[in-house]
Amino acid sequence: MENLSISNPSPLFMSWRSKAGLAISVVGVFILGLLWIAGVSFEHWKALSISFFLMAYGMRIFIREEYSRFPSGIRNNGVWFRSLTARGIWGWIVGILITLFYTCLYWFPEYLSGLIQAFNRLSQLLRKAPADAWFVYGSLYTFAVVTMGIKFLYKYRHQRYQQIRTWSVVFFQLGFSYFLPGILVSLQQPELYFTYFWPLSYANATPATWSWQSQTSLGAFFFFFGLFMFFVATPVLTWFFGKRWYCSWVCGCGALAETAGDPFRHLSSKSIASWKLERWMIHGILVMVVLVTFLLWLNVYLERAVLKEYSSLFYKTYSFLVGAVFSGVVGVGFYPLLGSRVWCRFGCPMAAWMGIWQRKASRFRITVNGGQCISCGNCSSYCEMGIDVRAYAQRGQDIVRASCVGCGICSAVCPRGVLRLENASGDAARRGKDARLIQVPSSEVGLLKPD
Amino acid sequence: MQIVIIGNGIAGSTAARFLRKQSDHPILMISEESDYFFSRTALMYVYMGHLKEQDLFPYEPFFWEKNRINLLRAKVVQFDYENKKIHTDSGTAIGYDVLVLATGSQPFRPALKGIELEGVRGLYHLQDLQYIASNSSGLSRAVVVGGGLIGVELAEMFHSRHIPVTFLIREPSYWSNVLPREESLMIGQHLRDHSIDCRYNTNLKAILPDETGGCTAVLTDKGEQIATELVGITTGVVPNVGAFRSSGLEINKGILVDEYLQTNLPGVYAIGDCAEVKKPSSGRKPIEAVWYTGRKMGETVAATILGKPTVYDPGTWFNSAKFFDLEYQVYGTIDPQLPPDIETLYWSDGSSRSVRINYRTSDTSVVGFNLIGVRYRQEVCLRWIEQGCGIEKVLEELSFANFDPEFTTEVESAVVTLYNQKNGKQVKLKSQRSLTALLRIFKK
Repeated sequence: MENLSISNPSPLFMSWRSKAGLAISVVGVFILGLLWIAGVSFEHWKALSISFFLMAYGMRIFIREEYSRFPSGIRNNGVWFRSLTARGIWGWIVGILITLFYTCLYWFPEYLSGLIQAFNRLSQLLRKAPADAWFVYGSLYTFAVVTMGIKFLYKYRHQRYQQIRTWSVVFFQLGFSYFLPGILVSLQQPELYFTYFWPLSYANATPATWSWQSQTSLGAFFFFFGLFMFFVATPVLTWFFGKRWYCSWVCGCGALAETAGDPFRHLSSKSIASWKLERWMIHGILVMVVLVTFLLWLNVYLERAVLKEYSSLFYKTYSFLVGAVFSGVVGVGFYPLLGSRVWCRFGCPMAAWMGIWQRKASRFRITVNGGQCISCGNCSSYCEMGIDVRAYAQRGQDIVRASCVGCGICSAVCPRGVLRLENASGDAARRGKDARLIQVPSSEVGLLKPD
Repeated sequence: MQIVIIGNGIAGSTAARFLRKQSDHPILMISEESDYFFSRTALMYVYMGHLKEQDLFPYEPFFWEKNRINLLRAKVVQFDYENKKIHTDSGTAIGYDVLVLATGSQPFRPALKGIELEGVRGLYHLQDLQYIASNSSGLSRAVVVGGGLIGVELAEMFHSRHIPVTFLIREPSYWSNVLPREESLMIGQHLRDHSIDCRYNTNLKAILPDETGGCTAVLTDKGEQIATELVGITTGVVPNVGAFRSSGLEINKGILVDEYLQTNLPGVYAIGDCAEVKKPSSGRKPIEAVWYTGRKMGETVAATILGKPTVYDPGTWFNSAKFFDLEYQVYGTIDPQLPPDIETLYWSDGSSRSVRINYRTSDTSVVGFNLIGVRYRQEVCLRWIEQGCGIEKVLEELSFANFDPEFTTEVESAVVTLYNQKNGKQVKLKSQRSLTALLRIFKK
């Protein structure tokens, strides 16, 4: 490849006000860091409030400087020149800090005691229970989704699809992954997350879970609700809308990727090699989680006679490698290095399951507008799932890919209006079948029929 | 059969791909500009930091090797058509059975005082982008000359790096030799909203040198002097055919080709921007320097070379562009001045979205669509035009043409209402094929 050595003009790309906004947010993060490491001695909840205020206020300044001052439109200027979003030094710093946090969270929660103390008051307020590491995590996660969601809403304020979709993920995160579980705890009920199902929440369908959940009617309902969502609702909804009904509208992992992860979406690899790796990994993990769950139940059925402790050993291994290392540490910690959807693309067994339906039996596809594509590559670059959208668009072929989460950014950034997310049944049977040869006279190209 | 293609742009690369798809002949593609085919259309996005350099290349390097399309980086300096040989600048002679010329365009440089100075540049080649990028820091102002599609791209590029831009436009409003007045004014306003200093009815007269051979200012035909260190010349492109002059090839502005894209010499074809079609089909021009015609010519010539003589037929005209944040699409014929036998239906929201449908006064058949901030389906619009569909039938079914992203506020009912008001008619818009239709049912 040629080296164009396009000089890095990074100082030109961010005004000092934008930088000030980011700096104020960083001070907020720094206070969190102090609570985390030092467990500072003054009143924790006050420090925490100040931290939250600074993070949000800094972001407010940043939003104004970067987006709302200007006419609405695609604002990706300098994305590949900025240190934070182009794997520069700031990208690495942020990546390492998040990775450290996840490492503490999963294996050394005792190091989070300062933070946990700081969140106690909030936890008492919401859940009538003392805070723990997971409450800290949930609160920070939700805060990131909301503030960065607002940033996203400003950035794409000219696109209604992006607006509605973002309101949806923020709503589900706030309501179903934060307040509802908290309220359930305050009512002495099991802490249930109604937007996560087996096999993404691999613990949801184990014999151990069943034995304690079946003790309450809500718990029993939740157990069967999860199975219903997996076996019935998911195929049906995916048939109508593609996997986007979940991945970019409901899912909490998706919520973080679409909001806090948005500045890093272009970092996903578009190579054919990574597509191959993706198919092996994601389907491998789906097979693993099915096996692990099956063995647990088999062990119960055989009354531990044959498998003994091995089935739970498998389970623990899966839980460590996939549940903690992959979905947490790598999945989020590596946002600034590998992009925002590493877990969703290479790991999530729920995504694998929906992907099979999306590929084989769904109305969803991205349609291409005739011969208007100019092969510029914005669609591919901003695809968080690493789909080389351009490869399809430039030959007039509709895009049917198992991994597409339907975020719609390819369609938004296309400078020629070539791409459209579609679930109409009209020509669904032909989706993705053949490239439209340009020499075919237009009389032979099927007119898209109304439903 | 040894096939040699000169030029690895969209035309040459498409020809190579389609030749390989359908045959096993050895293919050699030669380029002076770059090792691999790249998207010229994406140069601006690399400068603006939307894309990284390697995103310019639509195919990974292994693609060419895997498909046995041999690549050579060289300049062809001599053509020996009689012995079917070409000579490169390194002295190598390469024999061919079929030669495809796809050398593209080059920026047109008007003969003006100072045009040869450092700092006066077009935006066409990879090397132009490299030059502009490495000379952008510390610019007090950039001047862009030529109010067309590349000019507005260059203006947006400089703007993205916070470099003030003065835009010299020969016409009385932006691109008014192509766009109808309303659209032209809307885009002019949009450029002002982005703080672009547009000077209409203004021509470049001279570029003034500094003591080191760079430029220091431009002089306009209104006598005004504008200080600048970088001048972007975007006054159109011309076929890049200098190397073929007086080589026996028939050349007018471009290399003259018949409807099979054959030149006057046996076994020699010309495609893409460098080709001039002797008898273009109706509504088309002899030379069309747009992306998709290069692609279509590449496909067509591949079929002809492989023994299936295929007439080059680009069909009905269409094109698209983006002016800062305003997307533009055109299907069919839209004249800047309304011809006497054509009626127009123009709807606009006043600032960022507009729909224009032109139709014949005689039989009301539609001839063209001009769209800003609204996306329409190419297949649907072209079919309506080619079938001579009447305006009222088109309006009834207008929603089927809409290609805007889901949930976008639809403009079609406003367009139909406007038509009814103007003509005292009762045309009714049929229901949509989108989610919006579903939501509307829920609303009722």
